[in-house]
Amino acid sequence: MSKIWVVAQTRADGIHPMALETLVAGQELAAASGGTVDALVMGDSVSARAAELASWELGSVQTLEAPALAAYTPGAYVAALAAAIRANAPDIVLFPHTYQTVDHVPRLAQALGAALVPEVVSFEVRDGAVIWRRPVLGGKLQADVRAKGSPILASVQAGAFSASDRRQGTAQVSALSIDVELEADREILGVEEVAGEHIDLSAADRVVAAGRGVGGEDKLGVVHDLAKALKAEVGASRPVIDSGWLPRDCQIGSSGQTISPKLYFGVGISGAIQHLVGMKGSQVIVAVNKDKSAPIFGVADYGIVGDLHEVIPAVIQALEETEGD
Amino acid sequence: MKIAVCMKQVPDTEASLRVRKDSLWIDEEELTFVINESDGYALEEALTIAEKTGGEVVVFSLGGERVREALRKALALGAARAVHLADPAFEGGDALATGRALAAAIQAQQFDLVLTGSQSGDAGFSSTGSVIAGFLGWPHAWLVMGLEVEDGKKAAKVTREMESGVNEIVRLALPAVIEVQAGINSPRYASLKGIMQAKRKEIAAVTPADLGLGAEEVGAAASLLETLAVFFPESGKGAEIFEGDPADCARQLVEKLRKEARVL
Repeated sequence: MSKIWVVAQTRADGIHPMALETLVAGQELAAASGGTVDALVMGDSVSARAAELASWELGSVQTLEAPALAAYTPGAYVAALAAAIRANAPDIVLFPHTYQTVDHVPRLAQALGAALVPEVVSFEVRDGAVIWRRPVLGGKLQADVRAKGSPILASVQAGAFSASDRRQGTAQVSALSIDVELEADREILGVEEVAGEHIDLSAADRVVAAGRGVGGEDKLGVVHDLAKALKAEVGASRPVIDSGWLPRDCQIGSSGQTISPKLYFGVGISGAIQHLVGMKGSQVIVAVNKDKSAPIFGVADYGIVGDLHEVIPAVIQALEETEGD
Repeated sequence: MKIAVCMKQVPDTEASLRVRKDSLWIDEEELTFVINESDGYALEEALTIAEKTGGEVVVFSLGGERVREALRKALALGAARAVHLADPAFEGGDALATGRALAAAIQAQQFDLVLTGSQSGDAGFSSTGSVIAGFLGWPHAWLVMGLEVEDGKKAAKVTREMESGVNEIVRLALPAVIEVQAGINSPRYASLKGIMQAKRKEIAAVTPADLGLGAEEVGAAASLLETLAVFFPESGKGAEIFEGDPADCARQLVEKLRKEARVL
């Protein structure tokens, strides 16, 4: 019988959507392991956020409130979580795998001497132990891992569970108190919008996305030609942006835009998980890649295995030949 | 400033991978290894800061004999010295075990700043830098897209990448651990002179005992994660794949997109 906690990250407009997915993961893990699941909501004043979870089937919604938790800093968050976990001894603590949790959960694991399983995409319970599945090698492979000790900390990757699968019920809200000093370990100076002219790929019907496999900035011509032939916008995966081949606002994925066009056409994209979470909601996914085992083919509807510099010109020609059929 | 850079050597992203016979990891024979992408950016950032403020860059890496090649490359790019956590006992650890060993190696010298990448291309824990900071008791920041050491070298202004196209600017007291995101700068290439000089630079091999650690505190022995198997993901609904003559493939694909998917 395991006691599962889900730390439900909040943001200005409510519970973080990935935290809702993580709550579903917690419900499924509780069902599979015969355990209970509680939500933990942290901040300086979180009663409104906690109330959003009142219709979920949860053991309870615990609030952890302190002035030092108003703005996120790893120093205060790690101290608060470590104290709450030590006092209440959950067996498993789940977090959404967000940029905020990746910033501080490893430090929490270090403080507790606890196992950390990052980026979980699924799990199963075998002989009473949880087997966690996570991507390795940039998502080209997956690994099944078992964690030792208690508690086990795990973060759940975006899109692995769906908030619409939640079990409804009632959850009582109660306050958790901790008796530790919470100190910020960084001074927050402000936020800035990432510069660049804004291209809203999320509104595009068709998107052609360029990946590292294109081979260089000077070889992007085929991508633009294909986009023109398809009347599509051009996007890219992170390595293309980091190499400066295309501007940053073309980026699709967890640190860029999330798109769900009618047609997504990936060119030389292998399909790292950070890219997949930004495009797998596309209606029809086409991928061209030289590596047949590239993860992009796992989410694609149609794929061509081959040298993109031969395949894409052929696709453009085939589009032109059959135009107006 | 004296800056430590922690680097990992990982399989080249272009390499085609095979699962090892025991299924516990990939077959590393015949694989090409490179410096982990974001660690390369961390090294460049360190070299730039050291050039501006004076001081030196020391690179650290954990792993087998092959890791010396990555360290040698870092020395050719301008690092002053290297420390190789070379004992087989160091290997096979989770982020906690690896972070403990690296923190101990860093602590053996005096540093103003530790730089490393934000994620490795193999295990992908995105954790080791933060764990090092935890063991050192220093502040840290993950996924850093901008770093500016302030006058007096007592603090650094750090730009952290957040979701949905927004960055957060924070100030950290130094010493600190900064985990940089790929793309933060434009890494340099090694010069011929640098490559020649690197041959005379020191790569110090250290063991757990050198760092005051027991063999049970590092590597696989200390790891709280046990890998049961690695495998290629099953493709979801299963893409319809075309292979062979590009013109044939292209015609079949366009036909499917028009008649079956109806997206053209």
